Amino acid sequence: MFKSVLIANRGEIARRVGKVAREMGMRVVAVHSEADATLPFVKEADEAVCIGPAPAKDSYLNHAALLEAAKKTRADCIHPGYGFVSESADFAKAVTDAGIVFVGPPPEAMQRMKDKSQARALAAAAGVPIVPGSEGVVSDLTAALEQAERIGYPVLCKAAGGGGGIGMAVANTQAELEKAFRASVDRARSAFGREGVYLERYFAAPRHIEVQILGDTKGHTLHVLERECSIQRRHQKVVEEAGSPLFLEGKNPGLRQKLLDSALKAAKAFGYANAGTVEFLYSDGEVYFIEMNARLQVEHPVTELTTGVDLIGWQFRIAAGEALTLGQEEIRRRGHALEFRIYAEDPVKFFPSPGKLARFSPPAGEGVRLDAGYAEGDTVTPYYDPMIAKLIVSGTDRADALCRSMGALDAFVIEGLKSNVPLHRRIVASEAFQKGELDTRFLERHAKP
Amino acid sequence: MADVTAHITGTVWKIEVKVGQAISAGDTVVILESMKMEMPVEAQDGGTVKEIRVKEAQAVNEGDVLVVLG
Repeated sequence: MFKSVLIANRGEIARRVGKVAREMGMRVVAVHSEADATLPFVKEADEAVCIGPAPAKDSYLNHAALLEAAKKTRADCIHPGYGFVSESADFAKAVTDAGIVFVGPPPEAMQRMKDKSQARALAAAAGVPIVPGSEGVVSDLTAALEQAERIGYPVLCKAAGGGGGIGMAVANTQAELEKAFRASVDRARSAFGREGVYLERYFAAPRHIEVQILGDTKGHTLHVLERECSIQRRHQKVVEEAGSPLFLEGKNPGLRQKLLDSALKAAKAFGYANAGTVEFLYSDGEVYFIEMNARLQVEHPVTELTTGVDLIGWQFRIAAGEALTLGQEEIRRRGHALEFRIYAEDPVKFFPSPGKLARFSPPAGEGVRLDAGYAEGDTVTPYYDPMIAKLIVSGTDRADALCRSMGALDAFVIEGLKSNVPLHRRIVASEAFQKGELDTRFLERHAKP
Repeated sequence: MADVTAHITGTVWKIEVKVGQAISAGDTVVILESMKMEMPVEAQDGGTVKEIRVKEAQAVNEGDVLVVLG
Protein backbone atom coordinates (compact mmCIF):
# COMPACT_ATOMS: atom_id res chain seq x y z
CA MET A 1 0.00 0.00 0.00
CA PHE A 2 1.02 3.62 -0.51
CA LYS A 3 2.97 5.39 2.22
CA SER A 4 1.73 8.87 1.36
CA VAL A 5 -0.99 10.59 -0.66
CA LEU A 6 -1.37 14.08 -2.01
CA ILE A 7 -5.04 15.08 -2.14
CA ALA A 8 -5.63 17.38 -5.11
CA ASN A 9 -8.86 18.84 -3.79
CA ARG A 10 -10.36 20.93 -1.01
CA GLY A 11 -13.21 21.06 1.49
CA GLU A 12 -15.20 18.08 2.69
CA ILE A 13 -13.87 15.59 0.13
CA ALA A 14 -10.24 16.41 0.95
CA ARG A 15 -11.04 15.76 4.62
CA ARG A 16 -12.90 12.55 3.88
CA VAL A 17 -10.17 11.12 1.61
CA GLY A 18 -7.57 12.20 4.18
CA LYS A 19 -9.39 10.36 6.95
CA VAL A 20 -9.57 7.10 4.96
CA ALA A 21 -5.91 7.41 3.88
CA ARG A 22 -4.77 8.02 7.45
CA GLU A 23 -6.67 4.95 8.62
CA MET A 24 -4.83 2.99 5.94
CA GLY A 25 -1.52 4.22 7.36
CA MET A 26 -0.69 6.91 4.81
CA ARG A 27 0.89 10.30 5.39
CA VAL A 28 -1.59 12.91 4.11
CA VAL A 29 -0.46 15.91 2.06
CA ALA A 30 -3.00 18.68 1.50
CA VAL A 31 -2.71 21.32 -1.19
CA HIS A 32 -4.60 24.57 -0.88
CA SER A 33 -5.11 27.94 -2.47
CA GLU A 34 -4.28 31.17 -0.63
CA ALA A 35 -8.00 31.54 0.16
CA ASP A 36 -8.23 28.16 1.91
CA ALA A 37 -5.14 28.24 4.15
CA THR A 38 -7.05 28.06 7.44
CA LEU A 39 -9.74 25.50 6.56
CA PRO A 40 -10.02 22.16 8.43
CA PHE A 41 -8.73 20.02 5.54
CA VAL A 42 -5.43 21.95 5.64
CA LYS A 43 -5.09 21.89 9.44
CA GLU A 44 -5.77 18.16 9.64
CA ALA A 45 -3.16 17.19 7.03
CA ASP A 46 0.31 15.94 7.99
CA GLU A 47 1.78 18.39 5.51
CA ALA A 48 0.24 21.25 3.52
CA VAL A 49 1.43 23.08 0.41
CA CYS A 50 0.03 26.36 -0.90
CA ILE A 51 -0.29 25.93 -4.67
CA GLY A 52 -1.47 29.37 -5.74
CA PRO A 53 -3.97 32.21 -5.54
CA ALA A 54 -7.71 31.78 -4.94
CA PRO A 55 -9.05 31.30 -8.48
CA ALA A 56 -9.28 27.55 -9.21
CA LYS A 57 -7.44 27.88 -12.51
CA ASP A 58 -4.40 29.22 -10.64
CA SER A 59 -4.52 26.62 -7.86
CA TYR A 60 -6.68 23.49 -7.82
CA LEU A 61 -6.66 23.24 -11.63
CA ASN A 62 -2.98 24.13 -11.97
CA HIS A 63 -1.43 20.85 -13.13
CA ALA A 64 2.16 22.07 -12.88
CA ALA A 65 1.73 23.36 -9.31
CA LEU A 66 0.03 20.13 -8.21
CA LEU A 67 2.78 17.97 -9.69
CA GLU A 68 5.48 20.17 -8.19
CA ALA A 69 3.86 19.83 -4.75
CA ALA A 70 3.64 16.03 -5.14
CA LYS A 71 7.32 15.78 -6.05
CA LYS A 72 8.41 18.13 -3.28
CA THR A 73 6.50 16.20 -0.65
CA ARG A 74 7.49 12.83 -2.16
CA ALA A 75 3.87 11.64 -2.40
CA ASP A 76 3.43 8.10 -3.78
CA CYS A 77 0.00 8.80 -5.17
CA ILE A 78 -2.47 11.61 -5.92
CA HIS A 79 -6.15 11.32 -5.09
CA PRO A 80 -8.15 13.88 -7.09
CA GLY A 81 -11.50 13.69 -5.23
CA TYR A 82 -14.34 14.90 -7.47
CA GLY A 83 -14.46 17.99 -9.69
CA PHE A 84 -11.25 19.96 -10.39
CA VAL A 85 -8.64 17.61 -11.98
CA SER A 86 -10.52 14.38 -11.25
CA GLU A 87 -11.65 13.83 -14.83
CA SER A 88 -8.60 15.22 -16.61
CA ALA A 89 -6.95 12.47 -18.64
CA ASP A 90 -4.07 14.90 -19.33
CA PHE A 91 -3.43 15.36 -15.63
CA ALA A 92 -3.70 11.63 -14.94
CA LYS A 93 -1.14 10.98 -17.67
CA ALA A 94 1.23 13.69 -16.42
CA VAL A 95 1.03 12.18 -12.93
CA THR A 96 1.75 8.68 -14.22
CA ASP A 97 4.63 9.96 -16.37
CA ALA A 98 6.15 11.54 -13.25
CA GLY A 99 6.24 8.11 -11.62
CA ILE A 100 3.36 8.86 -9.25
CA VAL A 101 0.16 6.80 -9.10
CA PHE A 102 -3.08 8.55 -10.06
CA VAL A 103 -5.92 7.18 -7.90
CA GLY A 104 -8.52 6.84 -10.62
CA PRO A 105 -9.26 5.07 -13.86
CA PRO A 106 -6.69 4.56 -16.64
CA PRO A 107 -6.22 7.79 -18.66
CA GLU A 108 -7.42 5.98 -21.83
CA ALA A 109 -10.73 5.05 -20.18
CA MET A 110 -11.12 8.67 -19.02
CA GLN A 111 -10.61 9.86 -22.56
CA ARG A 112 -13.29 7.48 -23.85
CA MET A 113 -15.81 8.76 -21.31
CA LYS A 114 -15.01 12.45 -21.56
CA ASP A 115 -16.29 13.04 -25.07
CA LYS A 116 -19.97 12.48 -24.48
CA SER A 117 -20.92 11.73 -28.06
CA GLN A 118 -18.15 9.15 -28.31
CA ALA A 119 -19.28 7.71 -24.96
CA ARG A 120 -22.85 7.37 -26.29
CA ALA A 121 -21.67 5.52 -29.38
CA LEU A 122 -19.54 3.14 -27.31
CA ALA A 123 -22.40 2.45 -24.92
CA ALA A 124 -24.87 1.86 -27.76
CA ALA A 125 -22.46 -0.58 -29.43
CA ALA A 126 -22.26 -2.50 -26.14
CA GLY A 127 -26.05 -2.92 -26.13
CA VAL A 128 -26.77 -0.23 -23.52
CA PRO A 129 -30.03 1.73 -24.12
CA ILE A 130 -29.26 5.36 -24.96
CA VAL A 131 -31.36 8.53 -25.23
CA PRO A 132 -32.39 9.13 -28.88
CA GLY A 133 -30.02 11.74 -30.23
CA SER A 134 -27.54 12.89 -32.89
CA GLU A 135 -24.97 10.31 -33.89
CA GLY A 136 -21.84 12.18 -32.94
CA VAL A 137 -21.14 15.87 -32.90
CA VAL A 138 -23.40 18.16 -34.95
CA SER A 139 -21.30 20.22 -37.33
CA ASP A 140 -23.49 23.26 -37.98
CA LEU A 141 -26.92 24.77 -37.47
CA THR A 142 -28.43 23.22 -40.63
CA ALA A 143 -27.37 19.77 -39.50
CA ALA A 144 -28.69 20.50 -36.01
CA LEU A 145 -32.11 21.46 -37.37
CA GLU A 146 -32.26 18.29 -39.50
CA GLN A 147 -31.25 16.08 -36.59
CA ALA A 148 -33.81 17.72 -34.28
CA GLU A 149 -36.60 16.90 -36.75
CA ARG A 150 -35.60 13.24 -36.65
CA ILE A 151 -35.14 13.06 -32.85
CA GLY A 152 -38.32 15.03 -32.14
CA TYR A 153 -38.72 18.21 -30.05
CA PRO A 154 -38.02 19.18 -27.36
CA VAL A 155 -34.27 18.59 -27.79
CA LEU A 156 -31.36 19.25 -25.47
CA CYS A 157 -28.20 20.90 -26.83
CA LYS A 158 -25.10 19.75 -24.97
CA ALA A 159 -21.48 20.80 -25.22
CA ALA A 160 -19.26 17.75 -25.79
CA GLY A 161 -16.74 17.67 -22.96
CA GLY A 162 -19.10 19.64 -20.71
CA GLY A 163 -20.37 18.86 -17.25
CA GLY A 164 -22.30 20.18 -14.28
CA GLY A 165 -25.02 21.60 -16.49
CA ILE A 166 -22.66 24.06 -18.18
CA GLY A 167 -23.25 24.41 -21.90
CA MET A 168 -26.69 22.77 -21.89
CA ALA A 169 -29.82 24.37 -23.34
CA VAL A 170 -33.33 23.11 -24.17
CA ALA A 171 -35.11 23.96 -27.39
CA ASN A 172 -38.84 23.43 -27.92
CA THR A 173 -38.95 24.88 -31.43
CA GLN A 174 -36.70 25.52 -34.45
CA ALA A 175 -36.29 29.16 -33.43
CA GLU A 176 -35.23 28.15 -29.92
CA LEU A 177 -32.80 25.61 -31.32
CA GLU A 178 -31.03 28.29 -33.36
CA LYS A 179 -30.43 30.27 -30.18
CA ALA A 180 -29.59 27.24 -28.02
CA PHE A 181 -27.16 25.83 -30.59
CA ARG A 182 -25.17 29.08 -30.76
CA ALA A 183 -25.08 29.38 -26.97
CA SER A 184 -23.81 25.79 -26.58
CA VAL A 185 -21.15 26.26 -29.26
CA ASP A 186 -19.92 29.41 -27.49
CA ARG A 187 -19.90 27.64 -24.15
CA ALA A 188 -18.11 24.58 -25.52
CA ARG A 189 -15.39 26.85 -26.88
CA SER A 190 -14.97 29.16 -23.88
CA ALA A 191 -15.42 26.68 -21.03
CA PHE A 192 -14.03 23.48 -22.48
CA GLY A 193 -11.78 24.68 -25.30
CA ARG A 194 -13.53 22.59 -27.93
CA GLU A 195 -16.31 23.18 -30.42
CA GLY A 196 -18.44 20.04 -30.38
CA VAL A 197 -22.16 20.17 -29.62
CA TYR A 198 -24.58 17.28 -29.74
CA LEU A 199 -28.33 16.93 -29.51
CA GLU A 200 -30.61 14.50 -27.76
CA ARG A 201 -34.27 14.05 -26.89
CA TYR A 202 -35.23 16.15 -23.90
CA PHE A 203 -37.42 14.47 -21.31
CA ALA A 204 -39.61 16.97 -19.50
CA ALA A 205 -39.60 15.28 -16.09
CA PRO A 206 -37.32 12.23 -15.94
CA ARG A 207 -35.80 10.64 -12.86
CA HIS A 208 -32.03 10.59 -12.52
CA ILE A 209 -30.79 7.18 -11.43
CA GLU A 210 -27.17 6.07 -11.40
CA VAL A 211 -25.20 2.93 -10.69
CA GLN A 212 -21.96 2.72 -8.71
CA ILE A 213 -19.20 0.70 -10.36
CA LEU A 214 -16.01 -0.76 -8.94
CA GLY A 215 -13.43 -2.48 -11.10
CA ASP A 216 -9.84 -3.61 -10.64
CA THR A 217 -7.03 -3.58 -13.17
CA LYS A 218 -7.30 -7.34 -13.67
CA GLY A 219 -10.68 -7.26 -15.40
CA HIS A 220 -12.99 -7.87 -12.44
CA THR A 221 -15.83 -5.34 -12.51
CA LEU A 222 -18.95 -5.21 -10.37
CA HIS A 223 -21.77 -2.82 -9.60
CA VAL A 224 -22.58 -1.54 -6.13
CA LEU A 225 -26.31 -0.97 -6.76
CA GLU A 226 -28.15 2.22 -7.65
CA ARG A 227 -28.69 5.70 -6.25
CA GLU A 228 -31.44 8.15 -7.08
CA CYS A 229 -30.40 11.78 -7.58
CA SER A 230 -33.53 13.36 -9.07
CA ILE A 231 -33.72 16.36 -6.76
CA GLN A 232 -31.69 18.96 -8.65
CA ARG A 233 -31.45 22.65 -9.33
CA ARG A 234 -29.67 24.02 -12.41
CA HIS A 235 -28.78 20.42 -13.32
CA GLN A 236 -26.90 20.01 -10.04
CA LYS A 237 -27.92 17.50 -7.43
CA VAL A 238 -29.35 18.63 -4.11
CA VAL A 239 -30.63 15.41 -2.47
CA GLU A 240 -29.54 11.85 -3.26
CA GLU A 241 -30.63 8.52 -1.84
CA ALA A 242 -29.89 4.82 -1.96
CA GLY A 243 -31.80 2.91 -3.08
CA SER A 244 -34.12 4.51 -5.56
CA PRO A 245 -37.76 4.74 -4.40
CA LEU A 246 -38.61 3.35 -7.85
CA PHE A 247 -37.35 -0.04 -6.72
CA LEU A 248 -38.30 -0.06 -3.04
CA GLU A 249 -40.06 -3.12 -1.65
CA GLY A 250 -39.06 -5.11 -4.72
CA LYS A 251 -40.91 -2.89 -7.21
CA ASN A 252 -39.96 -2.97 -10.92
CA PRO A 253 -37.51 -5.89 -10.60
CA GLY A 254 -37.07 -6.37 -14.35
CA LEU A 255 -36.23 -2.73 -14.96
CA ARG A 256 -33.82 -2.69 -12.05
CA GLN A 257 -31.95 -5.70 -13.41
CA LYS A 258 -31.79 -4.06 -16.84
CA LEU A 259 -30.38 -0.88 -15.23
CA LEU A 260 -27.67 -2.73 -13.27
CA ASP A 261 -26.74 -4.99 -16.22
CA SER A 262 -26.55 -1.98 -18.57
CA ALA A 263 -24.27 -0.15 -16.15
CA LEU A 264 -21.88 -3.09 -16.01
CA LYS A 265 -21.89 -3.44 -19.80
CA ALA A 266 -21.07 0.26 -20.16
CA ALA A 267 -18.25 0.10 -17.61
CA LYS A 268 -16.71 -2.88 -19.38
CA ALA A 269 -17.05 -1.17 -22.78
CA PHE A 270 -15.06 1.80 -21.45
CA GLY A 271 -12.31 -0.47 -20.11
CA TYR A 272 -13.02 0.88 -16.68
CA ALA A 273 -10.99 0.36 -13.54
CA ASN A 274 -11.37 2.00 -10.11
CA ALA A 275 -14.58 3.64 -8.84
CA GLY A 276 -16.97 5.17 -11.35
CA THR A 277 -20.63 5.88 -11.89
CA VAL A 278 -22.91 5.20 -14.83
CA GLU A 279 -25.72 7.75 -15.04
CA PHE A 280 -29.17 7.04 -16.47
CA LEU A 281 -32.41 8.86 -17.07
CA TYR A 282 -35.67 7.10 -16.30
CA SER A 283 -38.82 8.06 -18.15
CA ASP A 284 -42.06 6.17 -18.77
CA GLY A 285 -40.83 2.76 -17.72
CA GLU A 286 -37.49 2.88 -19.55
CA VAL A 287 -33.91 3.72 -18.58
CA TYR A 288 -31.46 5.48 -20.87
CA PHE A 289 -27.68 5.83 -20.49
CA ILE A 290 -26.48 9.45 -20.26
CA GLU A 291 -22.82 9.26 -19.28
CA MET A 292 -20.20 7.56 -17.21
CA ASN A 293 -18.29 9.59 -14.63
CA ALA A 294 -14.68 8.63 -14.15
CA ARG A 295 -14.44 9.56 -10.51
CA LEU A 296 -15.80 9.25 -7.04
CA GLN A 297 -19.23 10.92 -6.85
CA VAL A 298 -20.16 13.54 -4.27
CA GLU A 299 -22.99 11.23 -3.17
CA HIS A 300 -20.87 8.07 -2.67
CA PRO A 301 -21.61 7.95 1.11
CA VAL A 302 -25.23 6.79 0.60
CA THR A 303 -23.86 3.73 -1.19
CA GLU A 304 -21.18 3.10 1.44
CA LEU A 305 -23.68 3.36 4.30
CA THR A 306 -26.21 0.97 2.78
CA THR A 307 -23.84 -1.65 1.33
CA GLY A 308 -20.90 -1.51 3.73
CA VAL A 309 -18.50 -1.19 0.75
CA ASP A 310 -15.65 1.24 1.49
CA LEU A 311 -15.42 2.97 -1.90
CA ILE A 312 -12.47 5.27 -1.13
CA GLY A 313 -10.57 2.41 0.50
CA TRP A 314 -11.10 0.33 -2.64
CA GLN A 315 -9.97 3.23 -4.81
CA PHE A 316 -6.61 3.17 -3.04
CA ARG A 317 -6.30 -0.62 -3.05
CA ILE A 318 -7.18 -0.86 -6.75
CA ALA A 319 -4.76 1.95 -7.63
CA ALA A 320 -2.06 0.07 -5.71
CA GLY A 321 -2.66 -2.91 -8.00
CA GLU A 322 -4.60 -5.07 -5.56
CA ALA A 323 -7.39 -7.35 -6.76
CA LEU A 324 -11.00 -6.48 -6.00
CA THR A 325 -11.85 -9.37 -3.69
CA LEU A 326 -15.57 -8.62 -3.44
CA GLY A 327 -17.97 -10.78 -5.42
CA GLN A 328 -21.14 -9.45 -7.05
CA GLU A 329 -23.25 -11.77 -4.87
CA GLU A 330 -21.82 -10.12 -1.74
CA ILE A 331 -23.28 -6.75 -2.72
CA ARG A 332 -26.52 -6.41 -0.77
CA ARG A 333 -28.38 -3.35 0.45
CA ARG A 334 -29.21 -2.99 4.11
CA GLY A 335 -31.40 -0.06 5.10
CA HIS A 336 -31.77 3.27 3.34
CA ALA A 337 -29.68 6.45 3.28
CA LEU A 338 -30.21 10.02 2.11
CA GLU A 339 -27.67 12.78 1.47
CA PHE A 340 -28.58 16.45 1.70
CA ARG A 341 -26.10 18.82 0.10
CA ILE A 342 -25.83 21.87 2.30
CA TYR A 343 -25.22 24.84 0.02
CA ALA A 344 -24.36 28.42 0.95
CA GLU A 345 -27.21 29.85 -1.07
CA ASP A 346 -30.62 31.42 -0.88
CA PRO A 347 -33.09 28.57 -0.18
CA VAL A 348 -35.70 29.89 -2.61
CA LYS A 349 -33.89 31.71 -5.42
CA PHE A 350 -30.71 29.55 -5.20
CA PHE A 351 -28.52 32.71 -5.38
CA PRO A 352 -24.99 32.15 -4.03
CA SER A 353 -24.44 33.40 -0.49
CA PRO A 354 -20.79 33.40 0.52
CA GLY A 355 -19.89 34.73 3.97
CA LYS A 356 -18.61 33.90 7.41
CA LEU A 357 -20.10 30.96 9.30
CA ALA A 358 -20.87 32.88 12.46
CA ARG A 359 -22.63 29.78 13.75
CA PHE A 360 -22.33 26.27 12.44
CA SER A 361 -24.00 23.77 14.69
CA PRO A 362 -24.71 20.50 12.89
CA PRO A 363 -27.02 17.83 14.24
CA ALA A 364 -25.86 14.55 15.75
CA GLY A 365 -27.65 11.33 16.59
CA GLU A 366 -28.32 7.78 15.56
CA GLY A 367 -27.73 7.34 11.81
CA VAL A 368 -26.65 10.98 11.32
CA ARG A 369 -23.30 11.77 9.71
CA LEU A 370 -21.91 15.11 8.61
CA ASP A 371 -19.10 15.55 6.08
CA ALA A 372 -18.28 19.25 6.33
CA GLY A 373 -15.60 21.30 4.63
CA TYR A 374 -15.87 24.16 7.10
CA ALA A 375 -16.18 24.75 10.83
CA GLU A 376 -17.79 27.55 12.83
CA GLY A 377 -15.87 30.79 12.30
CA ASP A 378 -14.60 29.82 8.82
CA THR A 379 -15.36 32.00 5.81
CA VAL A 380 -17.04 30.51 2.75
CA THR A 381 -15.48 32.44 -0.15
CA PRO A 382 -17.07 33.04 -3.57
CA TYR A 383 -14.25 31.26 -5.43
CA TYR A 384 -15.52 27.69 -5.32
CA ASP A 385 -18.80 25.82 -5.48
CA PRO A 386 -21.38 26.55 -2.77
CA MET A 387 -21.37 23.16 -1.03
CA ILE A 388 -20.29 23.59 2.57
CA ALA A 389 -21.27 20.17 3.91
CA LYS A 390 -23.16 16.97 3.27
CA LEU A 391 -25.69 15.73 5.80
CA ILE A 392 -26.03 11.97 5.42
CA VAL A 393 -28.78 10.15 7.26
CA SER A 394 -29.41 6.42 7.31
CA GLY A 395 -32.16 4.23 8.76
CA THR A 396 -33.55 0.72 8.68
CA ASP A 397 -35.83 1.69 5.78
CA ARG A 398 -36.81 4.84 3.87
CA ALA A 399 -39.52 5.86 6.33
CA ASP A 400 -37.08 5.54 9.23
CA ALA A 401 -34.36 7.47 7.36
CA LEU A 402 -36.85 10.23 6.47
CA CYS A 403 -37.98 10.53 10.07
CA ARG A 404 -34.37 10.89 11.26
CA SER A 405 -33.66 13.33 8.43
CA MET A 406 -36.44 15.63 9.54
CA GLY A 407 -35.10 15.66 13.10
CA ALA A 408 -31.55 16.30 11.90
CA LEU A 409 -32.56 19.12 9.55
CA ASP A 410 -34.67 20.77 12.26
CA ALA A 411 -31.68 20.74 14.61
CA PHE A 412 -29.19 22.11 12.05
CA VAL A 413 -28.21 25.73 12.83
CA ILE A 414 -26.27 27.83 10.35
CA GLU A 415 -25.90 31.59 10.83
CA GLY A 416 -23.88 34.26 9.06
CA LEU A 417 -24.83 33.23 5.55
CA LYS A 418 -27.93 31.93 3.82
CA SER A 419 -28.09 28.15 3.52
CA ASN A 420 -30.49 25.78 1.83
CA VAL A 421 -31.35 23.94 5.07
CA PRO A 422 -34.90 25.43 5.02
CA LEU A 423 -35.28 24.07 1.47
CA HIS A 424 -34.28 20.58 2.62
CA ARG A 425 -36.87 20.76 5.40
CA ARG A 426 -39.56 21.63 2.84
CA ILE A 427 -38.44 18.82 0.53
CA VAL A 428 -38.54 16.15 3.24
CA ALA A 429 -41.90 17.40 4.56
CA SER A 430 -43.56 17.37 1.15
CA GLU A 431 -46.04 14.63 0.39
CA ALA A 432 -44.49 13.92 -3.01
CA PHE A 433 -41.04 13.31 -1.51
CA GLN A 434 -42.48 11.17 1.28
CA LYS A 435 -44.16 9.04 -1.36
CA GLY A 436 -40.96 8.83 -3.42
CA GLU A 437 -42.54 10.60 -6.39
CA LEU A 438 -39.36 12.24 -7.63
CA ASP A 439 -38.21 13.77 -10.89
CA THR A 440 -35.65 16.34 -11.95
CA ARG A 441 -38.31 19.12 -12.06
CA PHE A 442 -39.31 18.46 -8.45
CA LEU A 443 -37.80 21.69 -7.10
CA GLU A 444 -39.54 23.86 -9.67
CA ARG A 445 -42.83 22.67 -8.19
CA HIS A 446 -41.88 22.27 -4.54
CA ALA A 447 -39.06 24.73 -3.75
CA LYS A 448 -41.26 27.72 -2.94
CA PRO A 449 -42.42 27.98 0.66
CA MET B 1 -32.07 57.11 -10.51
CA ALA B 2 -30.64 54.12 -8.66
CA ASP B 3 -26.98 53.22 -9.10
CA VAL B 4 -26.39 49.63 -10.08
CA THR B 5 -25.22 47.60 -7.09
CA ALA B 6 -24.02 44.03 -6.63
CA HIS B 7 -26.82 41.74 -5.40
CA ILE B 8 -24.35 39.01 -4.40
CA THR B 9 -20.75 38.76 -3.20
CA GLY B 10 -18.45 37.56 -5.96
CA THR B 11 -16.11 38.71 -8.70
CA VAL B 12 -16.82 40.79 -11.80
CA TRP B 13 -16.81 38.44 -14.76
CA LYS B 14 -17.89 40.81 -17.55
CA ILE B 15 -18.85 44.46 -17.88
CA GLU B 16 -21.54 44.78 -20.51
CA VAL B 17 -21.73 48.60 -20.82
CA LYS B 18 -19.45 51.56 -21.61
CA VAL B 19 -19.31 55.05 -20.11
CA GLY B 20 -21.73 57.32 -21.97
CA GLN B 21 -23.96 54.45 -23.09
CA ALA B 22 -27.73 54.87 -22.73
CA ILE B 23 -29.38 51.90 -21.06
CA SER B 24 -32.94 50.88 -20.18
CA ALA B 25 -34.40 49.34 -17.03
CA GLY B 26 -33.82 45.57 -17.17
CA ASP B 27 -30.65 45.76 -19.27
CA THR B 28 -27.76 43.59 -18.11
CA VAL B 29 -25.02 45.92 -16.92
CA VAL B 30 -22.49 43.61 -15.33
CA ILE B 31 -22.19 39.84 -14.99
CA LEU B 32 -20.89 38.71 -11.63
CA GLU B 33 -19.47 35.31 -10.91
CA SER B 34 -19.85 33.64 -7.55
CA MET B 35 -19.53 30.02 -6.50
CA LYS B 36 -19.17 28.83 -10.10
CA MET B 37 -22.32 30.62 -11.17
CA GLU B 38 -22.80 33.60 -13.45
CA MET B 39 -25.27 36.15 -12.14
CA PRO B 40 -26.33 39.01 -14.43
CA VAL B 41 -26.90 42.34 -12.70
CA GLU B 42 -29.68 44.32 -14.34
CA ALA B 43 -30.36 48.05 -14.14
CA GLN B 44 -33.40 48.96 -12.03
CA ASP B 45 -33.85 52.22 -13.97
CA GLY B 46 -32.88 53.49 -17.37
CA GLY B 47 -30.23 56.19 -17.78
CA THR B 48 -26.78 57.00 -19.07
CA VAL B 49 -23.68 55.26 -17.74
CA LYS B 50 -21.74 57.98 -15.94
CA GLU B 51 -19.07 55.95 -14.23
CA ILE B 52 -17.97 52.32 -14.01
CA ARG B 53 -16.55 51.70 -10.55
CA VAL B 54 -15.23 48.16 -11.03
CA LYS B 55 -12.89 46.25 -13.30
CA GLU B 56 -13.22 42.74 -14.67
CA ALA B 57 -11.92 40.09 -12.22
CA GLN B 58 -12.34 42.48 -9.28
CA ALA B 59 -13.88 41.10 -6.07
CA VAL B 60 -17.06 42.84 -4.92
CA ASN B 61 -19.31 42.59 -1.88
CA GLU B 62 -23.09 42.51 -1.84
CA GLY B 63 -24.31 46.13 -1.97
CA ASP B 64 -21.18 47.60 -3.62
CA VAL B 65 -21.87 50.16 -6.34
CA LEU B 66 -20.81 48.77 -9.72
CA VAL B 67 -22.03 51.41 -12.14
CA VAL B 68 -23.23 54.98 -11.56
CA LEU B 69 -26.03 56.20 -13.78
CA GLY B 70 -26.58 59.85 -14.63
